[in-house]
Amino acid sequence: MSPAEHAKKYPEVWRRFNPRQTLTRYAWYVGAVFIAAWALRSMDLPWEYFNDAHIQAMDLLTRMVPPDWDILEEVVAILIETINIATLGTIITIFIAFPVAFLAARNTTFNSLTWAIARFILVASRSINTVVWGLLFVAIFGPGPVAGIWAIAFRSIGFMGKLVAEAIEEIDEGAVEAIEATGASRLQVLWIGILPQVLPVIYGTTVYRWDINIRESTVLGFVGAGGIGILLYSAMNLFRWEQVSVMLAVIFAVVVVSEFVSAMVRQRIT
Amino acid sequence: MLTLTDLTKTYPTGAAALKGVSFEVDEPQVVAIIGPSGAGKSTLIRCINRLVEPTSGSVILDGTDITALNRGDIRKARRRMGMIFQEYNLVERLTVMENVLSGRLGYVNFWQAFFRRFPAKDVSAAFKLLDRVGLAGYQDTRADALSGGQRQRVGIARALTQTPDLLLVDEPTASLDPKTSRQIMRILVELAHERNTPALVNIHDVGLAQTYSDRIIGLREGEIVFDGTTHQITAQVLTDIYGEEDWSSTIRKVDEENGDEAAKEKPKAKGKGLVREASAG
Amino acid sequence: MTAPAESANTERLEWHTIKLIENPIYRYGLLGLALIYVVWSVGSLEVDWNRVANGFPRAADMFSRMFPPSFERWELLTRELLVSVQMALAASFFGMIIAVPLGLCGAVNLVPRPVYLVARTFIVLSRTFHEIIWAIFFVKIVGFGPLAGVLTLTIASISFVSKMLAEDIENMPPGQLEAVRATGASFPKLLVYCISPQALPRYLGVSLYRLDANIRHSTVVGVVGAGGIGQVLAASFKRYDYDFSLAILLAIIALVFVGEVFSNWARNKLR
Repeated sequence: MSPAEHAKKYPEVWRRFNPRQTLTRYAWYVGAVFIAAWALRSMDLPWEYFNDAHIQAMDLLTRMVPPDWDILEEVVAILIETINIATLGTIITIFIAFPVAFLAARNTTFNSLTWAIARFILVASRSINTVVWGLLFVAIFGPGPVAGIWAIAFRSIGFMGKLVAEAIEEIDEGAVEAIEATGASRLQVLWIGILPQVLPVIYGTTVYRWDINIRESTVLGFVGAGGIGILLYSAMNLFRWEQVSVMLAVIFAVVVVSEFVSAMVRQRIT
Repeated sequence: MLTLTDLTKTYPTGAAALKGVSFEVDEPQVVAIIGPSGAGKSTLIRCINRLVEPTSGSVILDGTDITALNRGDIRKARRRMGMIFQEYNLVERLTVMENVLSGRLGYVNFWQAFFRRFPAKDVSAAFKLLDRVGLAGYQDTRADALSGGQRQRVGIARALTQTPDLLLVDEPTASLDPKTSRQIMRILVELAHERNTPALVNIHDVGLAQTYSDRIIGLREGEIVFDGTTHQITAQVLTDIYGEEDWSSTIRKVDEENGDEAAKEKPKAKGKGLVREASAG
Repeated sequence: MTAPAESANTERLEWHTIKLIENPIYRYGLLGLALIYVVWSVGSLEVDWNRVANGFPRAADMFSRMFPPSFERWELLTRELLVSVQMALAASFFGMIIAVPLGLCGAVNLVPRPVYLVARTFIVLSRTFHEIIWAIFFVKIVGFGPLAGVLTLTIASISFVSKMLAEDIENMPPGQLEAVRATGASFPKLLVYCISPQALPRYLGVSLYRLDANIRHSTVVGVVGAGGIGQVLAASFKRYDYDFSLAILLAIIALVFVGEVFSNWARNKLR
């Protein structure tokens, strides 16, 4: 083998990417940095507030201890209300989300209009945050847990409806056809052919959403929609940090427990 | 070259994997380590480059006491020991060439590794090795697109890119079919002999061990119960290693294989013909 | 016609037998308990039922005032919407970068036990508290405005992305790490040569998903004063400018939709 042949067969340079690929990759990186820099600059943030941020934060943390455990009883009472808001909201959701999901699944909807409407309901429900729904329902029902329950329910419809609709679109059509062949009515087909197939998904997403809703319901009070948020917000605004720490501890415990329960239930049913 | 003295490993669970293993490899030979599952074969191999920390005893490679090295120096020592694995252990999302060049990671600096800019001689050596193991032209294929046999070839190339003083080979064929197993063993043994590199090969297939190795060490429950040449393997020896069983068929089969392999193997031709056969397979 | 009917009948029986809880006593017992819970919990709520009963006429009134949505103050609307997007973009960027070291420290197969525990504690703590709670904290520390919002969303991104990254690294086949270690590679080289190529695609996907989530949340942190469109929305509700509220809500829906479409498109491109 001549040296030239040798060099051709066993090159001394090897590149993972060709120059164009390398260039595009770096272009993406630079682009991301550029976007972040642009976003930061144009928001015109008051960076000087950062100068004493650590002092503020330390002050806040030191005033959190020792926690004022005297308010625990009051906190636990309102915590139960918080959990009830999340749970009742989730229960209401089941009854609304399933019909909407039925209309939002291509294989069970009536026509493209009902499909489009159902899809819009799902998108709108998911786009608007629970807290914003809370604002809306507080304006309707006045401050209190009823607004919170409906806020939870309206935000959850989109979440559960979307997942259930996807499950309906993936069902086994054979079983449905077999039941249609008996001359069953549309409602019977739904009840006997489709519902049992998507039931595990409904249970699963319900428990999953309930777990998320527990977390969401802790902040509904900030807009007056009931739950521990009301207490937390006023304690924060009055700088009662020794009370805030109690509430945070309790919220932490509840969220961790609900996450655990939800994971356990989902593991058992799937 | 390599001296193991009274090597012991007791896992935190209390299980004693190695109970005072001592042996010496003083010439570039292929040493097969055979023994039943759980005999401590994998632990033994991993104690030599300290992927597993031995409990006591010493490992001396070319005058260096491996067991006495600190964390920084053990990395330098590992560069000199190429390792080949049962499950190939390639970085799946990297290309074949990146995997082969990863054998040079101990030698290049961080930025060379980061930008994959390896020195010219490393790259050309890697191309040569790829050709040698029958994967010429595969350099830009991703590792997860390869078959098992191809992956193990990359694994061999990676280990040899390290230009090691010792090859540690852990069950190289246990996940491969019989034909591919033989091809892989053949490439491995040829390369070890070509480069005068001693190799310790864990293997549970007695037939393969007898066909391809120069020396066999039998391990049972963390202790060496046999150390000798391939011809010294008898039914009694296998019983000592594995326990009571009718070994006559195993031995006979091995002898036959030795017969027809011998013609091909013994001349140790520079292996072009074998490579072609290998790349076809 | 009898044959298909029969097969359908067996089909029916089969589907009826699929019950989550086989024992009917437990099943109906559980249902009964659920009913009791609903009755009890509804009864225990402190509710001004008159006010709630008034809700329906009020809702009707509100909806009539919402239509048609008023885009008269579109300059304010687009400006604050843009701030929301900017908060989300900046926070996603910083979040995904800070998440890398934290995610590595949260992977049990890479770091010593104490480091792992500290990292995991931080991840769990920041994940447990709702973004809005963080937002109030930051408002108290750095004052009203988008800075608090950026900090809030950054914390949320860090905890989410680092948790996913840590789990990904923990699920890596251990053999690959072992093999690269066996070549004598140091930890930084292991990082760029083995962990990064294996974890990068999913890390980018998770980060893009988080960008989508950040856009959603950026529209709401303003409700407690942390900048963005949420502030304007809350104010419009307080002032009963319901037609403007609806305009803002529609704009948020559109923005979130665009964000979701972009995130999905980008993640598909990654594959």
